[in-house]
Amino acid sequence: MSQTTTIHGEKISLLRVLGPGHVWALGVGIVLVGEYMGWNFSVGKGGAIAALIACWVAGLLYTCVAMIDSEVTSTVAAAGGQYAQAKHIVGPLMAFNVGLFLVFAYTMLEAANAITLGYLVQTVGGMAGMTDAAGEALVLHDKPFIVLTIMFLAWLNYRGVYATLTFNLVITAIAFIAIIILFFAVKPWTGEVLKHNELLTGLPYDWIGVIAALHFGLWYYLGIEGTCQAAEEVRSPARSLPLGTMTGIMTLLIAATMTWYICAGLMPWEYLGQAVTPLFDAARFMDSMPLMVLLFIGTIFSTLASANGCINDASRAWFSMARDRYLPQWFGAVHPKYRTPYRAIVFLVPVAVLFAYYAPLDQVITFSILSGLLGYTFMTFNVIMFRRKWPLGTIQRGYVHPMHPLPALVLLVLCGATYFAVFLGYGTQLMAMMLFFFIASLWFHFHRYRYVRRGDQFSMPWPRPQGDY
Amino acid sequence: MSNGDYIPPRQSALGQFFDSVFLLALVFAALFAPIYLGLAGGGKTELAIADKTTWTGLGQNPVMQAAWEKLGYTPETAAPLIVSRFDYSFDLIALGVTALVVIGYFLLVVAFSKSEYREVIAERFGRKTD
Repeated sequence: MSQTTTIHGEKISLLRVLGPGHVWALGVGIVLVGEYMGWNFSVGKGGAIAALIACWVAGLLYTCVAMIDSEVTSTVAAAGGQYAQAKHIVGPLMAFNVGLFLVFAYTMLEAANAITLGYLVQTVGGMAGMTDAAGEALVLHDKPFIVLTIMFLAWLNYRGVYATLTFNLVITAIAFIAIIILFFAVKPWTGEVLKHNELLTGLPYDWIGVIAALHFGLWYYLGIEGTCQAAEEVRSPARSLPLGTMTGIMTLLIAATMTWYICAGLMPWEYLGQAVTPLFDAARFMDSMPLMVLLFIGTIFSTLASANGCINDASRAWFSMARDRYLPQWFGAVHPKYRTPYRAIVFLVPVAVLFAYYAPLDQVITFSILSGLLGYTFMTFNVIMFRRKWPLGTIQRGYVHPMHPLPALVLLVLCGATYFAVFLGYGTQLMAMMLFFFIASLWFHFHRYRYVRRGDQFSMPWPRPQGDY
Repeated sequence: MSNGDYIPPRQSALGQFFDSVFLLALVFAALFAPIYLGLAGGGKTELAIADKTTWTGLGQNPVMQAAWEKLGYTPETAAPLIVSRFDYSFDLIALGVTALVVIGYFLLVVAFSKSEYREVIAERFGRKTD
């Protein structure tokens, strides 16, 4: 299926140019930044050991997400990912909500990346000891770097998806290699550098801290499901999407464990729990300028790759909703030359800039995590409805995930635990988000839906769904 | 598709503009309101520590002390980080209300979606006759 937009009487569609490497880069590229910043807030919420448990529990949650998503996305291969799934399986209002989850999760993640990049440039500027002509210490301001980052990446996305994701593939690989080099530099087999025995202090909050740590534990992996956003631009979705997503989750599990091992063996948990750039701080412990430069570059590249992927994904979700008239149609245009959803890209720039400029990092991350969490909750009943409406053998699936419905049930339980983790300390944001989605849902059902063509919402070449829908 | 399909009205440019502004306003209200009303973020408490001026008083062993110093901290500057703790005490009623809101939200969305989905399937495949 290739959906199109008509410009000057000519049908224009998104280009199918991406392979499994690009899918891996899109998923890991968005998420790898989670090892460079943000994950460590889980140390603050429960201590270092709680953060490791949260890392693995969140890994289980995301394995369920990747399994479920690979099956549904390799079958519903359309731009917008989970949005297109919801449209075909649950219904238009659910799709509208899922589209908003995606836009929020990615736009807030993009803002968090820009904040981190600005902070790092400011920190390194301070460490370099730059002075003005009068010999006064120069303070680099982070705000211009925040705005420039978002603007530059939006421009790159505006120009074309192939160049954008090829750029992501290269800088994601460099950021991943930087973590591996640091891991070997701390010589984990000797115990000379890492001092886990002296630095690990048990569970300072007891077991409730482990649950609370799940909140930021999601940050290790948040966004991996973004692999399916570009489904309409992938050459062979049935092969590339499961392959890219599953190798992506494995990459992240390895990177997350190495990151925790390095940082927990170098820094007291009270510091680690509030650090903005923990891996760069770890490199500072090594007294090695090349390592510091490498981790500086790794942090910058991971934030750029993530923000880049986020702009790609958020704009495609927004574009898909506009194309279906869930949002004003004006946003559903494809650029006549670059074949990108350029109006959606440009529209979301000020939203990301405003949040990056005015909101604190942990709040921005919490909004992103909450949006992701709502999306994962949707996936649980979505896949059960998918199997009921189109049992195995009734339509061609690119991939069939094993042990159904166990992954969905495990995911539901873990989502419930994570809601409780967010409630512990960030309950107000949770309620504010729910209020927003309530109002937005009523607005859609009673106002916006009248502009939507009913039959057009089902575009897959499938038979009529079975059972009572 | 069968005849009698729903034909949606054409939305004016002004209408599209108002819808966009409404959504943007709603987004900013939901996301910025908790921050500007000071309701965002976790509640914090402090550990009762008598001596906040020495590493020993703060409960830091020699390895921890060396790490703090490497990061540029003194006992005085590290103390606020070391004694700060999240307050995880909570009200069961608040937890129950939050759970009801989350569950209620999903039930509402699925129920409304179901009625919309029936229209979609009816147009795409025709009305069920059995």
